[in-house]
Amino acid sequence: MKQGPVHQGRLKSPFFSRLEKLDFVNEWHEWKGYSSADQLYCSDTEYFAIRNATAVFDLTPMTKYRITGPDALDYLNRLVTRDMAKVRPGRVAYAVWCDDNGQVIDDGTIFHLREGEYRLCSQERHSAWLQAAAIGFDVTITHETEDVAALAVQGPTSYSVLSKLNLDGLGELKPFGLMHCDFQGTELMVSRTGFTGDLGYELWIDPDKAEALWDALFEAGELHGIRAIGTTALDMARIEAGYLAAYEEFLPADETVRTGVSRSPLELGLDWLVDFKKPNFNGRRALAEEKRKGSVWRLVKLDIEGNKEAHHSYIFSNAKASGSNIGFVTSAVWSPVCKQNIALGTVKTPHGKPGDTVWVEIYYQREMHWNRKMAKATVVDKPFWFPPRRGATPPGPY
Amino acid sequence: MKTYDAIVVGAGHNGLTNAAFLAKAGLDVVCVEKNDYIGGATVSRNLYKDWWYSNCSYVCSLLRPEIYRDLELHKHGLQVTPYGGSVQFMENGDYYGSYHDHEVAYREMARFSRHDADAYKTYSADTMRQCRFIRDFLLSTAPDPTSLRPKDLMELARIGGKFMNMGEDRMYETIRFWTMSVAEYLDEYFETDVIKTAFSGSGIIGTALGIHSPGTAYVLLHHYMGDVDGNVGSWGFARGGTGAVSKAIAGAYQAAGGELRTESGVDQIIVRNGKVSGVALENGDEIQGRIVVSAMDVKRTFLTCMDKNDLPEKFHRRIENFKIRGSSGKVNIALDGLPTFPALPEGSSLYHSDMHFIDSMERMERAYDDWKDGRWSEDPYIDMVIPTLSDPTMAPPGKHFMSCFVQYCPHQIEGRRWTQEEKEAFGQTVINQIANYSPDFKDLILHAEIRTPQDIEDEIGITEGNIFHGELTMDQLLFNRPIPGYAQYRGPVDGLYMCGSSNHPGGGIMAAPGANAAREILSDLKRPNTVPENWGDD
Repeated sequence: MKQGPVHQGRLKSPFFSRLEKLDFVNEWHEWKGYSSADQLYCSDTEYFAIRNATAVFDLTPMTKYRITGPDALDYLNRLVTRDMAKVRPGRVAYAVWCDDNGQVIDDGTIFHLREGEYRLCSQERHSAWLQAAAIGFDVTITHETEDVAALAVQGPTSYSVLSKLNLDGLGELKPFGLMHCDFQGTELMVSRTGFTGDLGYELWIDPDKAEALWDALFEAGELHGIRAIGTTALDMARIEAGYLAAYEEFLPADETVRTGVSRSPLELGLDWLVDFKKPNFNGRRALAEEKRKGSVWRLVKLDIEGNKEAHHSYIFSNAKASGSNIGFVTSAVWSPVCKQNIALGTVKTPHGKPGDTVWVEIYYQREMHWNRKMAKATVVDKPFWFPPRRGATPPGPY
Repeated sequence: MKTYDAIVVGAGHNGLTNAAFLAKAGLDVVCVEKNDYIGGATVSRNLYKDWWYSNCSYVCSLLRPEIYRDLELHKHGLQVTPYGGSVQFMENGDYYGSYHDHEVAYREMARFSRHDADAYKTYSADTMRQCRFIRDFLLSTAPDPTSLRPKDLMELARIGGKFMNMGEDRMYETIRFWTMSVAEYLDEYFETDVIKTAFSGSGIIGTALGIHSPGTAYVLLHHYMGDVDGNVGSWGFARGGTGAVSKAIAGAYQAAGGELRTESGVDQIIVRNGKVSGVALENGDEIQGRIVVSAMDVKRTFLTCMDKNDLPEKFHRRIENFKIRGSSGKVNIALDGLPTFPALPEGSSLYHSDMHFIDSMERMERAYDDWKDGRWSEDPYIDMVIPTLSDPTMAPPGKHFMSCFVQYCPHQIEGRRWTQEEKEAFGQTVINQIANYSPDFKDLILHAEIRTPQDIEDEIGITEGNIFHGELTMDQLLFNRPIPGYAQYRGPVDGLYMCGSSNHPGGGIMAAPGANAAREILSDLKRPNTVPENWGDD
């Protein structure tokens, strides 16, 4: 147990010294106690670094746990809804975990680092829940957020950039693969993962080597359009990729006050992550019941007509907005790369099947005055942005 | 012999757009192109080693987002990346920069004049008001003011209504604006020469007029009314060069079942019994079609590719008088590295901007004087960009492609064809002007392509190499474009249509003429419309 007074003010990531140098606009927010940039110079330009060249995002504040011990696999299989036995060492799995009512507590990624050794990354902090769920298992759960510095390196030229660091095996690394290699005498973990839906990697290293890694990366990327980015640009990309964000598309069930405001994985379009064939897991019974009876909510990806962003909009089943609304938009953005007005939303079943038409009530302001538009929207089932390069192995220079 | 529903002549972006919407409506369409590559002036060419040149059009803003989205151009590989700002290098060693960040832009302007910095917001609002007015009419056919057809009357009423809504003061302003020179317009707001110079360039690009010529204020608007992702006035680069635009539209066209034939230049549009029946190709082949849609400029269409006897006399005369004068050239350069501009701070965002090497209204007007004498400008207006600073696909890492748009540059030298020596001297003029501000520039040049309006005419086919397929002056805009009575994309012969930039709303990679023409054609053929509606700009 560390002694001394609690740290006041914002924490600084091990990359802070480098981010600070690239910051022109001084727009920061708090992310799990850390200072995290909204944007460093211009979120539009930063967005295009993701889609056009290479974007670097500091994800050190992401909550990380190390899970080890003889029962690590059994424990994880009990914890999350998908079958972790299928996730071999060197692979990464997207997963959700639920409470006993089948309501999502959080989503995250689980890295099978080595045989029996895992890292779980999530938006929220879950030590209490993870320990409660560990009863009866011989596992050790270590909170390691501060012990690992992490960077997302995303975009079409990201492979070209990382190639210059001479990382053995990088070309063969498939999506959702991970590998360990040497960086200046320290172990560097590279995973082909990310939150952008594009070709991209995440780098994980000892915080003492963080600055050296950053410097090497930016030197390698100089001729490939490398840029540091903030959260605003990243959030645009994640909506295009159709990824969920905690507090946007769902609330952690263990923090909700009102009944009916949490969501099950089935209600978030994550049926494919729920494996009823494996042994018992948290929420299994409730989810099986929900599957039998049908869900209340459905997550929808919306392709909305026109160009007015549908922030916070109600969704209706008809253009006249008669009757009560069937749901609401949770995240909305104009997609610069798809030139589409897109949104994620949550609607009551049976509405919102792929191909369905729904109507979105958009309020937008022009020179102080507010306007209202009922925009037609189509429910789509594929991510808005899914370029072939995302899956190409080995990736090209793009 | 097969008879197509439609033959589209010219695989530039408008021809392809038109063909795509016709094919989407289920028509059996063939698009013929004289070159062995598609795109016309919307093209990326591999002219030197691993370098791709946007060797004609080089930036993108006006492309209608409704069309981009409807044809799903992103699925066919198009990605438009915005770039920001501009810089005017000054003879005294200083520079004036404009920046994406409005506060930085304000500070920079205030460095020259606090008056101008504060005046900018009114200038911007007034210009935006004109943009708002015109943007609404881009993706619709201009109404004929002499017609009593309900469609024309309704559209006239809509325009009239929008106009009246501005209120008395602003209606007067609008009428003045459409006929003013860009210099007069800017004089009403700004006092600093270099700031006015920076804005004035947009008033003359692609136009054989000077900054003091009436009508150039509208040309400025033409460069402001586009947008990238809703940021009106922004410009961007197509990833992979400008050819990515036409490639993507061609992709959409082919996905809809359309047929594309390159190396199939049209010799003549064939008319039988007052109706088009097809085209005769330069290679001797003939293609039959129920309608023919020409994406070529109107002079080339009617004066070169049609028999004069098939056309009404007055129509022919008016086409002969259509203004489509060559006024700009290009110098496209492959660079071994990034040239430095010592006037700029190291790492300045202005390296990513439009660069200009002219700093006074006097120099702008003098540049035009040379053109009137039938010569290229000794001290030209250059609009220079280095797209490879943000596009990793056009040149090897660390190497660059530089595009220089140069004005003024005449179609012919004192009324005769350019000689090779003159062409090289023109290129050297451009290189020298840039080198005045970048000492290492000349040493980095690996290859340069020099293009006069004549070269553009010879290769692409556009008369006099005029980038807008005809000047954007009031007498050639809206219901007057290309000529009165023919502003709704229909030619003077049954079954003949026009879809190039000679038609409303003009050039600049908008794809609007192609789309608008398709809507009219489908209406004539009583087919369902496939062309998307204007999103409106409220």
